[in-house]
Amino acid sequence: MNLSAFGLTSAGVPSVIPARRAAATGAQLLVTCRGMREQGGELIALWLTDERDRDAGFCLHVVLRDGDGLTLLTHTMPEGGQYPDLSTIFPAAARMQRAAFDLMGIACDGDDQRPWLWLASWPIDQFPLRRDFVAQEKWQPGEEEYAFVKVEGDGVHEIPVGPVHAGIIEPGHFRFQVVGEKVLRLEERLGWVHKGIEKRFESMPIADGIRLAGRVSGDSTVAYAWAYAQALESIAGVEVPLRALWLRALLLERERIANHLGDLGYLGNDAGFAFGLAQFSRLKEDVLRTNLATFGHRLLMDAIVPGGVARDVDTTQAQRMREECARLAHEVKIVRGIYDEHAGVQDRFRNCGRVTPELAYTLGLTGLAGRASGQAFDARCDFPAPPYDKLGVRKVGADGGDVAARVAVRFDEIAESLRLVRAIVDDLPDGPIRAAVGGTPALRQGFGLVEGWRGPVFVALTSGPGDAIRRCHAHDPSWQNWPVLEHAIIDNIVPDFPLINKSFNLSYSGHDL
Amino acid sequence: MLTILKQIAKAGIKTERAPDAADEMVVVTRLQAQVLRTLGRALAIRQVDAGSCNGCELEIHALGNPYYNIEGLGIKFVASPRHADMLLVTGPVSKHMAIALRRTYDATPEPRLVVAAGDCACGGGIFGESYASLGRVANVIPVDVAIPGCPPTPTQLLQGILAAITKAAE
Repeated sequence: MNLSAFGLTSAGVPSVIPARRAAATGAQLLVTCRGMREQGGELIALWLTDERDRDAGFCLHVVLRDGDGLTLLTHTMPEGGQYPDLSTIFPAAARMQRAAFDLMGIACDGDDQRPWLWLASWPIDQFPLRRDFVAQEKWQPGEEEYAFVKVEGDGVHEIPVGPVHAGIIEPGHFRFQVVGEKVLRLEERLGWVHKGIEKRFESMPIADGIRLAGRVSGDSTVAYAWAYAQALESIAGVEVPLRALWLRALLLERERIANHLGDLGYLGNDAGFAFGLAQFSRLKEDVLRTNLATFGHRLLMDAIVPGGVARDVDTTQAQRMREECARLAHEVKIVRGIYDEHAGVQDRFRNCGRVTPELAYTLGLTGLAGRASGQAFDARCDFPAPPYDKLGVRKVGADGGDVAARVAVRFDEIAESLRLVRAIVDDLPDGPIRAAVGGTPALRQGFGLVEGWRGPVFVALTSGPGDAIRRCHAHDPSWQNWPVLEHAIIDNIVPDFPLINKSFNLSYSGHDL
Repeated sequence: MLTILKQIAKAGIKTERAPDAADEMVVVTRLQAQVLRTLGRALAIRQVDAGSCNGCELEIHALGNPYYNIEGLGIKFVASPRHADMLLVTGPVSKHMAIALRRTYDATPEPRLVVAAGDCACGGGIFGESYASLGRVANVIPVDVAIPGCPPTPTQLLQGILAAITKAAE
């Protein structure tokens, strides 16, 4: 889409995925977002930076995606300034804007000014991501009154759940308004695992930041590390060897397979089918053990390093992965047949937690859950960066939008990822696995976008002087999908919530930062 | 049904022998033999994520798979601290979670063993202490056993959990 139609002057950005940037006034920002939305554009991420030390006030950064690639719009404001509320165009922007205020103290002009990540652990008039922020030891956690929306009527009652959940799950708070067993409304309250990741980045050397990126969300360590690496490498002007890129894709597909296997087991279990959990948790463990033997880490943490990957794969390891793929493909097919034929399981999966394609589009549902509701985007297919340009990923999708569809997409994606793993180990190009990364020029911004197993993971990195990190924003697709879960549960019964929730399997840590 | 039985038979029994307890992970020995007699090896664990990246949770989940089969050892994860003998805590303790963690600890009946799992729980890890993070679990509640690792493997987790209950027997 041509940005000059909106009165903007754009410039290309060095990036693995086609990207451009433009400065925009508040009015231009609104018009551009609206115009791109009308053409099917999506909001990828939104964040603020403090540029007062450069006499540039505060900047709002909005990243949009359309068929051509990414568009970064930057809007500069003075202290006390406001920016236009974008949630009227992209509903997913609402929580991002509230979180941006909690951390930077610059608000949009929208109605919902409730805090989002702030839970009274620091004074409400202190903003951690400002450059002059100084943390005080003496701050004691305060009390917080959060204005939940209440449903009133005969027989309506409220069920509060969390932050400590009844299973081995990350913490978050859910407020259900129910009548009998039927859920009238769910409201989420997140932020509990906010541990200051973005601020922590700013105290790290830029090369070390990749380890922190790999711990934004433990189940997506490869996706985050790769996205961070893309951003860093574009700043440093490093050309990553082809073999390293192929190995990164190998890691990413193995991460996808392991997570999907785990989810399929728990989805069976949540439908009362313990057999499924036993089978899939065994298959997942096999994958993790191969990871440990091949890459030195079960979850593949720190396998991606700036400039390439930490370890090469030899012919014996390649053969082990080939055999593993064949065995897994066979076993997954058998258990899929059992899931498909099992009346009890299908009764729980079908028509449960439905998100129609129309609703998914309106709310901006993305990633795996989006593909189960007719939203076709997959960064590996739509913007195929090496090696995906050669591998030709088959896009998986479904229209059902229910738990059954999200299960089907996982099964299909496992099959495709197994094919990709085999193709990668068969055709792995020769050459080095790592390029040297020299010094990084200051005040450069780089981006990374990687299709993780949950959806597109985005990283925006700005370098500071002396190979430091000036600002790093990591964005999880859970930001887009958490609000949709609130809609998916409506009119379902409370006991189906764990199943519906698991079928999305969203990140708390990746969202809370 | 036949396919299910065939698949179960074909997969066979995968459970491996449990590792020995790792005494070096024990931080505090405060329990008496009597306590262990009470608990036996029927240990109930309440897991609390106090701020982790979810990596540790993935490995705690793995304890339930057929290879480690933690329930076969008489150890199970329970839904309430009221039912728990042990808290298994992960993450640097985020400031937001500090009150919830303390309340969970207070709700756990004595002897309420506390096992800190993972580098973050043991020492703050890569997140450290900040405006949003209180660092290690021991900064918030008393810890008996600390299991290092990022994340600890299921075997290391089992070694630490077993150390907490066997050390008590001595």
